[in-house]
Amino acid sequence: MVRLTRSIDFSASLRYRQGDRTAAENEQLYGPAARTHGHNYRLEVTLRGEVDPATGMVFDLADLREILEREVMGRFDHRDLNADTPYFEKDAPTPENFAGVIRALLLDALPAGLLDRVTLHQDADLTVEITEGPA
Amino acid sequence: MIAVSRRYRFPAAHVLRSDAFSEAENARIYGKCSNLHGHDYGIEVTVTGPLDPSGRVMAPERLDALVGEHVLEPLAHTNLAEHPLFAERISTAENVARVIHERLAGPIEREARARLLRVRVQETRKNGFEYGEDR
Repeated sequence: MVRLTRSIDFSASLRYRQGDRTAAENEQLYGPAARTHGHNYRLEVTLRGEVDPATGMVFDLADLREILEREVMGRFDHRDLNADTPYFEKDAPTPENFAGVIRALLLDALPAGLLDRVTLHQDADLTVEITEGPA
Repeated sequence: MIAVSRRYRFPAAHVLRSDAFSEAENARIYGKCSNLHGHDYGIEVTVTGPLDPSGRVMAPERLDALVGEHVLEPLAHTNLAEHPLFAERISTAENVARVIHERLAGPIEREARARLLRVRVQETRKNGFEYGEDR
């Protein structure tokens, strides 16, 4: 088995807000993160699989680049996660939840069994990693 | 599995030498590290667990408080080789990682429904050390 990782950078604004809570409750729960702010995210997407003997590749990087462009950059780069996407009407865009959304999008877009993990760096000091179980 | 990592740093002095070795043996085994010197230790603390109602493994400010209380405040601006936490152990980065893991594992489990997965110590830009569960 071989693992390969591709990284992309994107920027977005957000505020931690649960749809069924009041502004005061969200402020109480999340502090300053309940106010509109932004991050420079770095996403690492790791795929795993056997090397195709014909191509010498696990997966065509051009295809991976296209999927990441469509599923991640197109949806989130220079967007507001709360206002411009449908994923955070109920849940807050914590890095845990955001990584979970990205994982679900990539699981849908990639051939089954290919995704190994998504690693979302929110900033220099905080990283969330979601690892798939054994293939 | 979802894992969240946060990064911290603290400056400390140390010297690698063991009373079990002669002066010549200490110099041979530990080289230039047998002289008193120091590092800005980079620390990465990784926790895992179910998401709480706020959509997080644990509140980052609570993890910051635990790391501050149990790691940064006791160790910053000290000589690790003379520190009570290293009374029984040489202050190699391997042992720094073990000491930090031991200090944090209990408080994190008492604080949240999370558990400490691993501790990474970046002693210099070149040398990193991890202690904890396998990925």
